[in-house]
Amino acid sequence: MTKTNHIIEICNITKSFPDKVVLDDVSLNVKQGEFLTILGPSGCGKTTLLRLIAGFNSASSGKILIDGKDMTSVPPHQRPVNTVFQRYALFPNYNVYDNIAFGLNLKKVDKKEIEVRVKRALKMVGMTDYEHRDVQSLSGGQQQRVAIARAIVNRPQVLLLDEPLAALDLKMRKDMQMELKEMHRTLGITFVYVTHDQEEALTLSDTIVVMNEGVIQQVGTPTDIYNEPCNAFVADFIGESNILNATMIRDGVVEFMGREFECVDTGFGENQPVDVVVRPEDVYIIRNTEAAMFRGVVRSCTFKGVHYEMFVETLDGYEIQIQDYNCFEPGTEVGMMIKPADIHVMRKERTENRVEGKLVDATHVEILGETFECAPVEDIESGAEVDVCFGFSDVELTDDPDDGISWGTIRFILYKGDRYHLTIRTDDDEDVFVDTRDVWEDLDEVGIKIAPSALRVVRRNNQ
Amino acid sequence: MKKFFSTSYLVLLLVMLYAPIIIIAIFSFTESKVLGNWTGFSAELYTSLFSGGVSDRLIDAIKNTFLIAFVAATVSTLLGSVAAIGINDLRYRKRRVVNFVNNIPILNPDIITGISLFLLFVSLGITQGHATVILAHIAFCTPYVVLSVMPRLVQMNPNIYEAALDLGATPMQAMRRVILPEIRPGMISGFILAFTLSIDDFAVTIFTNGTDGLETLSTFIYADARKGGLTPELRALSTIILVVVLLLLVVVNYRAARQAKRAEEQAKQIKNYSRR
Repeated sequence: MTKTNHIIEICNITKSFPDKVVLDDVSLNVKQGEFLTILGPSGCGKTTLLRLIAGFNSASSGKILIDGKDMTSVPPHQRPVNTVFQRYALFPNYNVYDNIAFGLNLKKVDKKEIEVRVKRALKMVGMTDYEHRDVQSLSGGQQQRVAIARAIVNRPQVLLLDEPLAALDLKMRKDMQMELKEMHRTLGITFVYVTHDQEEALTLSDTIVVMNEGVIQQVGTPTDIYNEPCNAFVADFIGESNILNATMIRDGVVEFMGREFECVDTGFGENQPVDVVVRPEDVYIIRNTEAAMFRGVVRSCTFKGVHYEMFVETLDGYEIQIQDYNCFEPGTEVGMMIKPADIHVMRKERTENRVEGKLVDATHVEILGETFECAPVEDIESGAEVDVCFGFSDVELTDDPDDGISWGTIRFILYKGDRYHLTIRTDDDEDVFVDTRDVWEDLDEVGIKIAPSALRVVRRNNQ
Repeated sequence: MKKFFSTSYLVLLLVMLYAPIIIIAIFSFTESKVLGNWTGFSAELYTSLFSGGVSDRLIDAIKNTFLIAFVAATVSTLLGSVAAIGINDLRYRKRRVVNFVNNIPILNPDIITGISLFLLFVSLGITQGHATVILAHIAFCTPYVVLSVMPRLVQMNPNIYEAALDLGATPMQAMRRVILPEIRPGMISGFILAFTLSIDDFAVTIFTNGTDGLETLSTFIYADARKGGLTPELRALSTIILVVVLLLLVVVNYRAARQAKRAEEQAKQIKNYSRR
């Protein structure tokens, strides 16, 4: 019965700071007893979401229910949740025992019982006999164990963990992951875990919530998220992948890398631009070029322990990442095959840029905070609010931000086999998407130029 | 040769700095009425100071001084600590502005502070006396307390207050059980600093002590010296105050040094662990 209950219900939560929207209309249900991980790059709003559940921040709008009760404006000390912080946050003026007993002392639990429960919690985190140690004298891993004990000793309904392992080294992190999983099983309570480490999320979770830019991208089991990513961001963020521009010819047939492939996806319509994802381990590489679906030349081959990682350039100039147990020397001509079931088709979020602007005069339009020259516009009066559309490849980037008409910072780079798909954030927080064959680096500041003929000005359609 | 010059420069500098203080201390051990006459070693001035050989006005001034210093230091420690906690919670830009505003009274010449407060009390029609002097001292001591509590808050893990709330503490309980122990050393240093500043103050006191004859040590000594010749016992008193202030300063500095060392050791420890 309780298995299907939602312990936490987050309804249409928006959180904005004066200069930024951190969470944009987020809704999420957490099932009783599950291990749910909120995964995303830094600054995606995942920690803010956790802090809203804990009650440290209040939402701009929306509702949070814990165990069926509205907790939106309940202060943190009255919520049935406990938090483990990234930087431990142990009380430096108390020893290990008093840190763990802190919550129980406040609740005026009987001293004898406190002792029993503290000892049990310490045993659970493998820190027996550390009661009287000064917390400052403990290592990072030990401090985090004490912090976990301090939280679980209160028997919360939900344990919130904010990147608890991020400050630990790799070996310690792996050990603690296993212990956390074991702890989740023994305690039977709900864990909500925040991390930016996709491997950690895949290892630990029952459910993964992928977030980016304050918006939930996908919710699903680790296998769902890995095998059926719903968009290019998720596919790129979770694991290695080849993401390519493609056209859905009709149900079951998709065209990319200049040829048609059989696939199992349907319902995208006919001749629709889409993205396809093929995992590197799903591309079969063979010496026999006759039997292959397409051919190419191996450009590099690196030994990765279990498998070899190869980059192969196809005859049409696309670069494909492949993982295989066999090594193919660079320069070898090889054939490749992809099974229909291993081609994953995703709807494109957008097929061109569309930004809001104002028409200055017949040949100039104000977009991205600057005035751009455009092809003569006849049927719209000057000064009108307009939308301006332009293709991904119509944007020219310059090394020096001052050389462009407008400028921005590269925020996200997606490799698409033969080109890079860049997300550029301008000064006024607008996103411009650019396809380019040039190599740029994340956080580069670039100038933005657009040819006048590429700008298509349309009247703003008011909703 | 170079060494010789640099050493003698240093010695000269120290002599210039400390000669006046040392002279007072030396001449507190002689009975002469006139400062500068050595009439043989004697502890008579000290005996006289404590056995009623001085005027009641001086005794009152001493009492006033310590009463005012104690009340002013206590109140400004409370105000300053609360202010520091508030300032620390502000966002970056606001915090910088408030910190700057906090520093203005520190940089402002005492005489200006004194005149301003005088004008303020007069224009508000407040009778000047103990209350106004205490208020004035609180006003110029509080920024120093803010300055001495602030570093403790800055180096504190910002999550520990939230951790306390998370474990069921009300904001007041979290403040008392977690934040207070963390900033207590800063508060003690701030209190000592405020106490010595208050004892020391002349410019602000003289403008705010009113016309009812309220005197502190500094104003008494000033009036006494102008009336022709310093009461000899004041030499002994000055020496005692000098020693007390010196001791307090040593305590403050020692505490600061120990804290800095502890913070450094912690940082080193954390570094070692993360390397492991």
